[in-house]
Amino acid sequence: MTSSSPAPARRRVAAQAMFETRAILRNGEQLLVTIVVPVLLLVGLVRTSVVDLDTGGVDRVDFVTPGILALACVTTAFTSQSIATAFDRRNGVLRLLATTPLGRGGLLAGKILGVLAVEAVQVVVIGAVALALGWQPTLAGILPAVVLGLLGTAAFTALALLLAGTLRAEGVLAVANLVLVLLVVGGGLIVPPTALPGPLAHLAAFLPSGALGEGLRGALLGTGVPPLSVVVLLAWTAALGAGASKLFRWH
Amino acid sequence: MPITETPPRGAVDVRGLRKTYGGRDVVDGLDLQATAGAVTAVLGPNGAGKTTTVECCEGLRSPDGGRVRVLGLDPVTDAAALRPRVGVMLQDGGLPTGVRALEMLRHVARMYAAPRDVDELAERLGLHAFGRTTVRRLSGGQRQRLALAAAVVGRPDVVFLDEPSAGMDPQSRHAVWDLVRELRADGVAVVLTTHMMDEAEDLADVVHVVDHGRVIASGDVQELLSDGASGSAPRIRFATRPGLPVGDLTAHLDVHLTRTVPDGGWSATEAEPGEYVVAGPVAPAALAALAGWLAEHDALATRVTVGRRTLEDVFLDLTGRHLR
Repeated sequence: MTSSSPAPARRRVAAQAMFETRAILRNGEQLLVTIVVPVLLLVGLVRTSVVDLDTGGVDRVDFVTPGILALACVTTAFTSQSIATAFDRRNGVLRLLATTPLGRGGLLAGKILGVLAVEAVQVVVIGAVALALGWQPTLAGILPAVVLGLLGTAAFTALALLLAGTLRAEGVLAVANLVLVLLVVGGGLIVPPTALPGPLAHLAAFLPSGALGEGLRGALLGTGVPPLSVVVLLAWTAALGAGASKLFRWH
Repeated sequence: MPITETPPRGAVDVRGLRKTYGGRDVVDGLDLQATAGAVTAVLGPNGAGKTTTVECCEGLRSPDGGRVRVLGLDPVTDAAALRPRVGVMLQDGGLPTGVRALEMLRHVARMYAAPRDVDELAERLGLHAFGRTTVRRLSGGQRQRLALAAAVVGRPDVVFLDEPSAGMDPQSRHAVWDLVRELRADGVAVVLTTHMMDEAEDLADVVHVVDHGRVIASGDVQELLSDGASGSAPRIRFATRPGLPVGDLTAHLDVHLTRTVPDGGWSATEAEPGEYVVAGPVAPAALAALAGWLAEHDALATRVTVGRRTLEDVFLDLTGRHLR
């Protein structure tokens, strides 16, 4: 008999997180949606007035950057993760890794850490561009913003896994991109819910996107995090997490 | 380790396994054992329940009935203890498409405390030739070799290989077979599913023939090849026009061969229209007698072969010749 023992759990999860991060940052389409598009939107919205934004008197860059960070969170935690997981599921990658010592729990932990690592890269890149454009965030708001970012990541990762674990890969590809566009336009990410037309103004504040956008704006503009944002994100995380853990199919 | 009523036999012990999808029994009371240091082949047509059975052993599916034990443990409830000791090669590969081949193998190796040497394994299976190519751009055979490497890199005690040779060129196939034999020599229990007869015949110590979710025959290859009286004696097969009176042929052989073979015991059948099989004490004179009988019926044999029953014959006899 040969002898076999697993690597320590910490090393397995760290290896998986590195693997996931590299896979996202090396994939052209993923890089486009997670880094290039948010940076282009940031520069475009700050430097041009193609989109009419009521900033309520604050500098355009200070007003736009929190929304771009919210968008970055959604692209990684939701769009990129749902597509990657859906194709991994279709190709049997999830099942194969579940038979190694990594297991299903380790795979999930690795994915979440991978998302956070990509988000760290996004924050550095977007933050650097924003600072170059004259961004002056409220320093006291950084810690609350990080907490909100984590909450938003939890909610959108849960949504990503719910989609990836229930729909066909091609379906996930279409839905994930469509949802991203809808959230950018009318989800309260970059344009605050109150500035949206008609019933969307009321609806968007209760979407995880609107809650994340409003929360980050409140934190980084120094006006305070609206408690509603925290409650909405917690509720979505709980609901989507429960749905994903109940409905996710590995096959 | 859980206490079980009956001690499990061998490394893999499946008893009365049942698995239903959408009201249809895919596996229906299947029994299977595999021992350490042996290659156990699960042979069956597509849809026979081979993959589902193996996936129940891998802990990827929960049985609807019956009992599965791998190394004495339950693959679902004792998954954490089993995973380091069980190597898996899935039928659909399970390889992420965006990474380079050797990067994937190194990643899987990181899950184990003392994995095999990745470079040595890659050398054995010829992976270096495409080590920096992304999985997406590999051929079917290259992917299979990579998936096999991933299954064994953790030095498992039990290996499940689902259709390991599918899509492989002959060179790859022999490299894979050599590695499987080496695993067996190292005391690993190897379970492989296949519908390739030569693979089962050349590689397996024990063959379980599965159809409609049950094992319909088990044994080593020699046991399966021998079928009662005629044993593994050679047979004559010939092709000519259909509809010849085969009953007449046995009588003809009995008459013409009484001097050389005292006890006839011939059987002749038309297996398919125009395809005949003659079983009995085949000797040189039998071929001459057969030629004479064909001449009497003015039937020209377009092919005559003499050979032993193959696993394919056994398999087709057991599972039928109709397409599914």
